[in-house]
Amino acid sequence: MADEKGLKPGESKASQAPDTSRRRFMKNSGMIVGGVAGGSLLGGLLTNQFKSENSTPVKEEKKTAEPTQARMFFERYEDFVVLEQATERILPEGASGPGAIELGVPYFIDKQMAGIWGINGTDYRQGPFTVVDPPVDQSSLNRGQIMVTGLRKMNDESKKRFDVTFDKAEEDQQIEIMQDFESSKVKLRGVSSAGFFGLLRELTMEGAYSDPLYGGNRNMAGWKMQEFPGAVPSYADIIEKDEFVQRDPMSLTSYQQKS
Amino acid sequence: MAEKLDKVDVVVIGSGWAGGIASAELSKAGYKVVCLERGKERSTKDFIGSKDELRYTKRHELAQDLTKQTMTFRNNVGDDAIPMRKHNGYPIYDEGTGGTSVHWSGWSYRWLPFDFEIRTKIIEKYGEERIPKDMIVQDWGVTYDDMEPYYDKWEKTAGISGEVNPLGPPRSDAYPNPPMKESPAIRLFTEATEKLGYHPFRMPAATISQQYVNPDGETINACVFCAFCSMYGCDFAAKADPIVTVLKTAQKTGNFELRNNAHVKRILHDGKKATGVLYVDPLTLEEFEQPADLVVSAAFFSGNNRLMMLSGIGEPYNPETGKGVIGKSFTSHYTGIGGNSATAFFEEKKFNTFAGAGALGSVIDDFNGDHIDNTDTDFLHGFNISIFQDGAAAIANNRVPQGTPYWGKEFKEKSVHYAHRYLNIGGMQGTMPHTHNYMDLDPTYKDIYGDPLLRITAKFTDQERNMAKMIAEKCADIAEAMGADIVNTPPVADDAEMTSSSVNTHAAGGVIMGEDPETSAVNTYSQVWDMENVFVVGGSSFPHFGNSNPTETIGAFAYRAAEGMIDYLKGDGGLLVESKTRKETV
Repeated sequence: MADEKGLKPGESKASQAPDTSRRRFMKNSGMIVGGVAGGSLLGGLLTNQFKSENSTPVKEEKKTAEPTQARMFFERYEDFVVLEQATERILPEGASGPGAIELGVPYFIDKQMAGIWGINGTDYRQGPFTVVDPPVDQSSLNRGQIMVTGLRKMNDESKKRFDVTFDKAEEDQQIEIMQDFESSKVKLRGVSSAGFFGLLRELTMEGAYSDPLYGGNRNMAGWKMQEFPGAVPSYADIIEKDEFVQRDPMSLTSYQQKS
Repeated sequence: MAEKLDKVDVVVIGSGWAGGIASAELSKAGYKVVCLERGKERSTKDFIGSKDELRYTKRHELAQDLTKQTMTFRNNVGDDAIPMRKHNGYPIYDEGTGGTSVHWSGWSYRWLPFDFEIRTKIIEKYGEERIPKDMIVQDWGVTYDDMEPYYDKWEKTAGISGEVNPLGPPRSDAYPNPPMKESPAIRLFTEATEKLGYHPFRMPAATISQQYVNPDGETINACVFCAFCSMYGCDFAAKADPIVTVLKTAQKTGNFELRNNAHVKRILHDGKKATGVLYVDPLTLEEFEQPADLVVSAAFFSGNNRLMMLSGIGEPYNPETGKGVIGKSFTSHYTGIGGNSATAFFEEKKFNTFAGAGALGSVIDDFNGDHIDNTDTDFLHGFNISIFQDGAAAIANNRVPQGTPYWGKEFKEKSVHYAHRYLNIGGMQGTMPHTHNYMDLDPTYKDIYGDPLLRITAKFTDQERNMAKMIAEKCADIAEAMGADIVNTPPVADDAEMTSSSVNTHAAGGVIMGEDPETSAVNTYSQVWDMENVFVVGGSSFPHFGNSNPTETIGAFAYRAAEGMIDYLKGDGGLLVESKTRKETV
C-alpha cells in the first residue's frame, strides 16, 4: 500500500493514504464518520492531525493548499478512495516518477465526470440502446454513472473475496480484481466490465498527461517524467537535430494570450 | 413553412476542400454563389493557442456535433445497425467552416494511372477470372493524363511541399515548394529503404516548407514543426486548408456568401432538374428554401449519400440484385484490422518525436497499385509504406513492446522508458469495393430533425486481411533495416471483423463516377446522370479507394467538376458527357 515517503504535509496525504488517516482520525477522536461529521469538519480535523504529527509550519501548508482538489462529482468518499487506489494501480509511483495519485489523476477524473464528458454531452444519445453487455459508448448509462457503478462493484468484489474494502485490500488483491474486470469476468449492470475498465484506464492516462489546466498532470510532473515539452511554439530549430533535446515543459497557462 | 429566399446562380452544400474549390472557381467566373455550411463560423483565430491534446485529439473538438446526427453501422444485411455514438480514434467527420479539411494532416498524394483504369488494367494483366465475384471493379471513365492538369492546379493552390516520386506518374511541373526539413527518424527510414532496394521520397505535404503565395494570391505560412497539427487547426496558418485558401479567394470576388448554421435537409427538384435546397438553422430551427440554377453537393461522403437518398435522386443500390447506384461501393481505409504497420523500438537511440508536423514524413511507392505484381499475392491492388513524425503528444505516447501488460508497474516503467525510443512504420492499403459494402437509410435511428440516419453495411474480406498481413511483414523488414532492437507488428486475426470504429474520415463511395449510368451515379465531371444541374463532389465519387490519402484526388476532381459546372452554366444545359448506354431525352 501507499507509503508516506516523500509526501508534502497537507498536500496529498489525505488522498494518498486515506484510510490510514481516516482510521487514525476515528481512533483519536472517537467520532463516527458519517451523517453528522461532514466533509469540511472531517477535513479540518484531519489537517490538524497531520499538522501536529509532522510539526509542519502553517506557512508551508498554506502554500501547497490547492482549492481545486475537492470533489465536484463523486458524492461518496468511499467511491473516491476506490478510484484513487485503482488509478494508482494502473499508473503506480515508481523509479520512473510519480504515480496517478500524486499526479492528481483522481481529481482530474472527478472534474471530467462532472462535466460534458461525464454526461456524454457530445455523443449521439437517441435510443434504442440495443447492445447486450455493451461497451461504454453503447451503454444507456453515461460515463459518470458507469464510473460509479464500476467502482462500487470493485469495492463489493473486494469485500466479498477478501472481507475488506478495495482501498484497504493488498495491492495483489486489488490487481486481481482489476484484472477480472479487464477480462470481463465480473458482470456489471448496464455496461461490460471490460468497457468500464477501459474507460478507467483511458481516463487515468489522460489525467496523468493532459495539460495541467484540467487538474491532472500536477506541476507538469507527468510531462517531466515523459520528457514531453508541452505547448511549444516552434521546433524549427531542433527538428533536424540528432541529439535528444530536453527542455522544461510549458503549459497552456503560459502559452495562451492573456489580458 | 420554409421562408423562400432570393434565387442565386449556385448553391454549394459544404465548405470543405470540395465545396471551397467549387465556390472559388464559380465566384471567380462571375456567378453568384451561396455556400451553406452546417457548422459554426470558424477562422484562423479559433486555432491560436489550441495546443491541447485532451481537447482536440482525445475529445475531437473540431469534429461534428453527434448530438444532432451520426451514422449507423452493421456488418450484414439482416443485422440491426447500431449508431456510431461517439467519435473514436479518428473522428467520423467535422463541421464548421472548412469542414473536415481543417483538422487534416496534409498528406498529399496523386493516385496512379492504374487507379483510374483499374478494371481494364487488372484484366489485361491477370485476366477477368482473377476478380472475385463479390468485388466490384470499375474504371473511373477518366485517365491519369486527363487528371494531371487538375492535380497540378490543386498542388499549386495548396502549396504542396515535396519531391518527385521516382516511381510516380508523369508530371507537368515540380511541386510548388521544396520538401520539409528532414528529421533523423526520417533520414533513418530513407537510408533503410534505399538499402532494401526501394525508392523512398519525401511525403508531399500541405504543411508548407516556406511561406508561399498561391496563384489566387493567398498566403500560406511556413510550418514550424510545433506538432499540434493532425486533429488541430493550424496555430500559424501554415497548413493549407480551405479557410486560408479557396474560401478566402471566393470572398474576395464579391460574388460569394458563406452561410454558417445551415443544415441542408433536401435538394429540391421537379423530377428532372433541381430547383434549390431546403435547409434548417440548427440554432433557431427556422427553415429556408434557397433557389438556385445549380446545386453542388460537397457534404462529405456521408452527407452526399444521405442527401441523394433523402431527396429521391438516382436509384438506390440494391445489394441483392446489384442494381441501382446510390449507396453503392462503400470503401474506407479501414482501421482495426490489425497488421498494416510495425513498431521499431530502440534501446540506444532517443528521437525528438515530440516535434513534428502532420505531413513530415517519407514514403515508398514500391507496392502501390501496379508497382506490385499481384500474380502471387492473395489480394489485388497494393499499398504504400511511410514513416511520419507528426508529434507524439503525451497522452497517446505510451507504446510498449508486445508482451508488456497494458497497465501497472511494468507498463508504466516501460512506457516512460520507450517514450522517445520508438518509431512507427505504417502502410495504407488500397480498398476494393464489394457488393456487400454499401449505404442506405436506417429504418430506426433519426437525426434531431426527424430524418433517418445514413446506414453503413460493411465487412472485411480476405482481400483486406491478407494485404494487412503483407504490409506488416514489409514494415517489419524496414524496421529491422533501421536497426531496431525490438520489432513488433500487430497480429491480424483470420476472423478479424469490421466494427463501426473501422470507419473514419478516409471513407468514400456511394455516388460514384463512371461512364455508364447503369453502374455509376455521376459522370467524370461529378454531374449527376439523372439530374443534370446537380453536381456531387468529393470522396463519394470514388469507385474504389486508392492506397494513399484522398484529399488531393478530391481536390483535383473538384477542379474538374468546377470546370464542368462553368461549361454547363455557359451552355444550353444537358449532360457534359454522353452516356455510354442510354440516349438522353432532351
